[in-house]
Amino acid sequence: MKKRLTAFLLAALMCTGLCACGSKAESPSQSATAPPASSTESANKAANAVTVGIAQDLDNSLDPHKAVAAGTKEVMFNVFEGLVKPTSNGDLIPAVASNYTVSEDHLTYTFTLREGAKFHNGDAVTAEDVVYSLKRVAAPTETGVVQVEALSIMADVAAVDERTVAITLTEPSNEFISYLTVAILPADYTEQDTKPVGTGPFTFASRSAQENIILAKFEEYWGQKAYLDQVTFRIIENAEGLLMGLQSGAIDICSHLTTTQVSQLSDSEFSIAQGNMNLVQAMYLNNAVAPFDNVLVRQALCHAIDRQMILDLAFDGYGTLIGSSMYPAFGKYFDDTLTNHYAYDVDAAKALLAQAGYPGGFDMTITVPSNYQPHMDTAEVVVEQLKAIGVNAVIQPVEWETWVSEAYVGRNFQATLVGVDASTMTARALLERFTSTYSKNFINYNNAEYDALFAQAQACYDDAEQTALYKAMERNLTENAANVYIQDLADLVAVRKGLTGLEFYPIYVLDLSTVRYEG
Amino acid sequence: MKKKMNGFLLAGLAITGLLTAAILLGTVWTPYDPAAMSGSEKYLAPCLQHPFGTDNFGRDILSRVMKGAGTTFFIAVLTVLIGAVFGTAAGALTGYFGGIVDDVLMRLNDALTAFPSILLALVVISLMGPGKTYNVVLALGLVFIPSFARVTRTAFASARDVNYIKSARLMGASSGRILLVHILPNTMNVLLPSITIGFNNAVLAEASMSYLGVGATPTDASLGYMLSEAQGMFGRAPWYALCTGAVIVLLVFGVGLIGEGLQRREGGVG
Repeated sequence: MKKRLTAFLLAALMCTGLCACGSKAESPSQSATAPPASSTESANKAANAVTVGIAQDLDNSLDPHKAVAAGTKEVMFNVFEGLVKPTSNGDLIPAVASNYTVSEDHLTYTFTLREGAKFHNGDAVTAEDVVYSLKRVAAPTETGVVQVEALSIMADVAAVDERTVAITLTEPSNEFISYLTVAILPADYTEQDTKPVGTGPFTFASRSAQENIILAKFEEYWGQKAYLDQVTFRIIENAEGLLMGLQSGAIDICSHLTTTQVSQLSDSEFSIAQGNMNLVQAMYLNNAVAPFDNVLVRQALCHAIDRQMILDLAFDGYGTLIGSSMYPAFGKYFDDTLTNHYAYDVDAAKALLAQAGYPGGFDMTITVPSNYQPHMDTAEVVVEQLKAIGVNAVIQPVEWETWVSEAYVGRNFQATLVGVDASTMTARALLERFTSTYSKNFINYNNAEYDALFAQAQACYDDAEQTALYKAMERNLTENAANVYIQDLADLVAVRKGLTGLEFYPIYVLDLSTVRYEG
Repeated sequence: MKKKMNGFLLAGLAITGLLTAAILLGTVWTPYDPAAMSGSEKYLAPCLQHPFGTDNFGRDILSRVMKGAGTTFFIAVLTVLIGAVFGTAAGALTGYFGGIVDDVLMRLNDALTAFPSILLALVVISLMGPGKTYNVVLALGLVFIPSFARVTRTAFASARDVNYIKSARLMGASSGRILLVHILPNTMNVLLPSITIGFNNAVLAEASMSYLGVGATPTDASLGYMLSEAQGMFGRAPWYALCTGAVIVLLVFGVGLIGEGLQRREGGVG
């Protein structure tokens, strides 16, 4: 009899432990691999090394021409470079090439390769390598996917001499140069998948799947050499594990943290750097499905959402409000006057709904990828705010793969709350997706004027004029309330005290070449 | 057999009664609107206004627990109902009639029990699509059938050849009558504890599933979902996880005590 009672008590105890279970799975391996806090810290500092926590493993292939995950590109930015590379303030500077000229008709680009640019295997970069790399990335991979579709306008890439490469285009494009950030690889090398070789400030040292990837300083880098001798990216797939890693000293730097996580870190151990995630977080509406095929309904939703309240409630006030498919890091393309186009106004929203024929509101479903806590949190606040105009929304959490196949590719959703990023530093990367015939136009936006503006922008070679056209496209999206635009999320990075020099980029990368120990 | 109250039963009824009352109250009234957010009342520690504190959106945790426990309770009751009704039916038929049906069904049963129940439920959920409360009920209900079938089969099989059943059969009673009227009441001493234990397992299973993100949706948060939410802010609002966890413990503990008490009163296996 006693035994049974004990069993119940045990069961009871076990379920109090339930809340800790998720992170427990992580701890054995953690304690096995990570020495106690203080020793790691000092050992890391003595070795001039840092450990960076990342939330997911990289792609199976580390080949930059095959990588698809943003997380892979984020890390491998330290290893690879293109003819040009982006800087932290969004400009493009020559990298593997030392300079280039563009012909009068905008059809021929001539690159002079940098004296002293070397691959990690010690070979100098030759024109042949560049020709090989550009041709390779413009062709479909084994899987049949063309990595950079914009490079398909290349008519020919040819080596003029040992140090000069000429690229001819079939049609002029003043965005072409921004696609030449694609990695330059050695021509005769076949092991890019597992032992990648590039020209960046760090060389690939080793990788252990689901565990870590280690980079080492490239001593023969052409530019400012990295300060650190070694960087270890440790893969810890759950948020609590990452937090514990920071607290225990096993991790020195971790980006993409939430405000809740940051508030649990001690001020004396970490400094928190704040940048932007560089994505357009919005409640994306399926413009082809009722009731969102009605512009009045979409506008009503825009008026009904108190975006500042979302930031205050779910993000402790961090984040940058946006009003169209463009975020501030894009500089000249970003039109701040659109940010407050729709003021928070419940009465206006109700009036618009009534005008649209839904005086009592309606039911709707918001599909959210459940692995993204910021989007889940935002959705919860949105649901609460929509109640005020009689719109009864429910959240449908789905796994990421399901979201991609059902919502993104299948376009089978009503509304979905996600963030959309730009793959390159061009306005086109963000705006082309809403042209009516584009394959990734997952919201089914169909606006003749918008399509016409995009065609004009593509045919235009004057930078100022093109910028104006892109801005008109943004205004078109805003005025037609294509989506309920919310914010560009804040990117909070915890950096251990004593480390300095971390810079934020307008694209999704984590540059470690500037990070160093103070003193 | 002395059919009277005992300490276990009394304590169990008291705890469960209190919780049930709170849950029932929660369906019509909660101290605050469980969904109402407030920017100025985020992460409040337990105090007089908010006995369980508030969460990351400034929602009153007590109100949310009252609503959430209701969702959990509702799912657990329906799950046990499905498991008990279908399980008992299967157990009764196979146990009483035996033969080839018995062999096939019971081997199938063995195969099902070979999988951890949560895993099985996850499979069912992924087949039917996540995010719907009734799918969770169905998945868990299916998973619970085998254990009920096993328990009742033994009871029915052993009753099959006892004298009072034989005489009932000689008197010309139909199989249905024998099963329902003569044997079923006599299996209560094993069935009732199974139901209470099943209920507890269902509460924990629902909590684990929601915790894993495949159970209840955020809009009708259950205790398990709240627990998984609470985990992310344990360092900032430990009361969220503790209060929610404590309610799960009490719910399971109370019903567990009832089961134990019933078994003792029936003089069954102790």
